[in-house]
Amino acid sequence: MQADDAAVVDRLRAGDQVAFATVVRQWSPAMLRVARAYVRTHASAEEVVQEAWLGVVRGLDGFEGRAELRTWVFRILVNCARRRGRTDSRMNAELGGPTVDPDRFRHDDDPYPGHWRSDAAPVDWGPEPVVLAAEFRAVLERALAELPERQRAVVELRDVHGFDREEVCDLLELTLANQRVLLHRGRAKLRSVLEGVLA
Amino acid sequence: MTPRDIACIELVEMLTDYLEGALPPDEVAAVEAHLDTCPPCRTYLAQLRATIRATGSVPVDTLPDEAYDTLLAAFRDRSR
Repeated sequence: MQADDAAVVDRLRAGDQVAFATVVRQWSPAMLRVARAYVRTHASAEEVVQEAWLGVVRGLDGFEGRAELRTWVFRILVNCARRRGRTDSRMNAELGGPTVDPDRFRHDDDPYPGHWRSDAAPVDWGPEPVVLAAEFRAVLERALAELPERQRAVVELRDVHGFDREEVCDLLELTLANQRVLLHRGRAKLRSVLEGVLA
Repeated sequence: MTPRDIACIELVEMLTDYLEGALPPDEVAAVEAHLDTCPPCRTYLAQLRATIRATGSVPVDTLPDEAYDTLLAAFRDRSR
């Protein structure tokens, strides 16, 4: 446990409401995303996150600081989510198939099979600030919302919340290989959606 | 040893493993050799990276305000 982590734990135990509100605001978005990978609706995910925080409030005095605070909080979350959740059979649908339309590549009868067709190759998007403009952020936000839940969870935890891959595997009960596949499919889909509006 | 030839259709599916550092050294060499000679695939990779960076600034869902109120109340009760 890091020094500032211990300080936060002390403040929470002392009943510091600002400290509590801060961690709740900071971690709830990522917790919602994790919960949503286990349960069927957004409303149940919200309930799971609330339930987890209530568990945190109850358990604070027993928290021994062997793990980081965040790790402990997310472990409580995963337990709540798992109790509420389902066994996931949709996994396979999220893992298969190409991420770029095969028709954009030359066919087997071409001298360069599998290479980009000149009329379908990716076109430069121009300077990066364009991609970061507010209108494209809105496009990305919608595209994220349409990803299958586990892809969305992996992409948001990695690319929005900055969790590392081991943490994501742990929270979502994935192998490293499956985590990469979900990340790949999710990112490729977001890229193609941006391409649709930029190119 | 000359890196093996990769077609673009295969390369685009290897890029996350490449970015994640999950490819063995000979496959990294093959990916980089391909990128060196293929502008469209370089563009594709640049777009993937731009997408990742742009995703980092997307606003995300959080709990509704009532939930925060409930949690704060529970926290206050605990401290009493």
